[in-house]
Amino acid sequence: MTERDGGPVTVISFDGVSKGFPATRRGSAVSALDDVDLAVERGSIVGVIGYSGAGKSTLVRLVNGLEKPTAGVVEVLGVDVGSASATQLRGLRGRIGMIFQQFNLFTSRTVRGNVAYPLKVAGWKKQDIAPRVAELLDFVGIGDKANSFPRALSGGQKQRVGIARAIAANPELLLADEATSALDPQTTGEVLALLKEINRTLGITIVVITHQISVVHELCDQVIVMDGGRVVDSGDTYRVFAHPRAALTERFVSAVTQGVPTGETLEALLLGGGTLISADVNEFTSEKAAEVFEKHGVRHTVVFGGVTDIRGRQLGTLTYRVHADEGVLDAVVAELSTRTRAQLLRAPDAPPAQETPARGEEVSS
Amino acid sequence: MSAVRTATDWGSLAPVLLQSIQETVYMVAVTLVIGGAAGLLIGAVLYATRPGNLFANRVVFGVLNLLINVIRPIPFIIFLTAVGPVTKAVAGTTLGTEAAIVPMTIMAAVVIGRVVEQNLVAVDPGIVEAALAIGAKRFAILFGLVIPEALAPLILGYTFMFIAVVDMSAMAGYIGGGGLGNFAIIYGYQQFNQEATWVTVAIIVVIVQIGQFIGNGLAQRVLRR
Repeated sequence: MTERDGGPVTVISFDGVSKGFPATRRGSAVSALDDVDLAVERGSIVGVIGYSGAGKSTLVRLVNGLEKPTAGVVEVLGVDVGSASATQLRGLRGRIGMIFQQFNLFTSRTVRGNVAYPLKVAGWKKQDIAPRVAELLDFVGIGDKANSFPRALSGGQKQRVGIARAIAANPELLLADEATSALDPQTTGEVLALLKEINRTLGITIVVITHQISVVHELCDQVIVMDGGRVVDSGDTYRVFAHPRAALTERFVSAVTQGVPTGETLEALLLGGGTLISADVNEFTSEKAAEVFEKHGVRHTVVFGGVTDIRGRQLGTLTYRVHADEGVLDAVVAELSTRTRAQLLRAPDAPPAQETPARGEEVSS
Repeated sequence: MSAVRTATDWGSLAPVLLQSIQETVYMVAVTLVIGGAAGLLIGAVLYATRPGNLFANRVVFGVLNLLINVIRPIPFIIFLTAVGPVTKAVAGTTLGTEAAIVPMTIMAAVVIGRVVEQNLVAVDPGIVEAALAIGAKRFAILFGLVIPEALAPLILGYTFMFIAVVDMSAMAGYIGGGGLGNFAIIYGYQQFNQEATWVTVAIIVVIVQIGQFIGNGLAQRVLRR
């Protein structure tokens, strides 16, 4: 199971996995995971996204055996987590690194001591530990902080220590549990770049648990969308974003790409005159949309929306203002609709009273 | 202080006082070392066997917890005589400095156990989770990570207990345990010698201040990391 070359090798597989927690004095029984199937291939970066309570943390704790499944089979790096002994589980955990939202650094140890800890646990020789720690701290960009204590570091620096500690013992798998949720946007970007580099240069498979769709968008090849302990959507990130199979996915995606205008935004846009047409951009790129308009001789201006890039591919929704006859419009919408999701936008209620057209919303293409 | 008529004969009292100071320091030191070590163990076991913790064990936790809750509220002066049979079995007598150390150590261990537990419970559970995720053994996590994480508050807790043990030692004097408590009772209280009492008080204050100073200093050094 550990061959680095050859075809894709499954490093994590869940087969009909459920995890329940029995009722306690404080609350009733909870089903944290419900019949989950999934597979993670070696070398990939997989995002697990969902709101809090969706079962993401339980899922990651099943991977390193901090929890055991109540039903189904969890296999990680060739180890059956459900039936593994305590010793086998410790061995497995030594092959898995983990980083946390609150960093979970050992505050009584220096940065060096934190990063050396997993090496000591793994039984490294003392003379091998020092150079390895130095190398790791350089890799994550805090080579000058070896003797600092965690409390003296910024959030971003703490997470770098967390990452150095997680990859110290050359794990095959890295679990990131909301690793950027406590960081500001710029630091988040730096940490995501570091994770990407770890995946690319060290070949470590990464599983990212997050509620931030932007993290999935920037980092992940594959995404698993969770809701209420179930996997509601999963697959190639672009596929999931471009063609959501669950309402929850659409909600996440609309946070990255502005969708179709609604409410007051739509009313203001409609005041600008002409006709509004919105079209999803995916494999059907914005260039292709422009060609359709041009073919029909329709002048078009983008007035709302956005397009983002996922691994070189466009994704988003654009709303155009067009001026053309009814017949031409119908033909344009009909042609767009054969190639993507497109629609004419109309006022939600009765047509609003004519006032001065709203400006400012207009963006020429 | 003209109200105090008795001229204190410090020439003959001073050697007795010095002896008393030595006895007090001895009782407190032995109690803190043995009771402190036992308390650390009790506290660690209480922490680790709590539901959901490293060595979660309902029975061990329940029994130990109950035992502490029973012993701790007993007024020490009553406890001294209540554990007389145990004292006799361990020290061979119920009188004197050695005998006083037995109940002092038991009570100190119980109280320190609770203090240690409370400080360990306050340690961020994320640290334990991180160590478990690394694959560390549970004993190594408990003694190598959790206790060092709580070191500063533990030092302050032990400093607090040092003062409580000095207090205990004074009460031990009441039943013939020797030490400064004994001195204050015999030469101060029973002989209406207020001067001897105040001198004892002053010495105890000095001892306590020294302990507090050292404890605070150590905790500061650990905290500064």
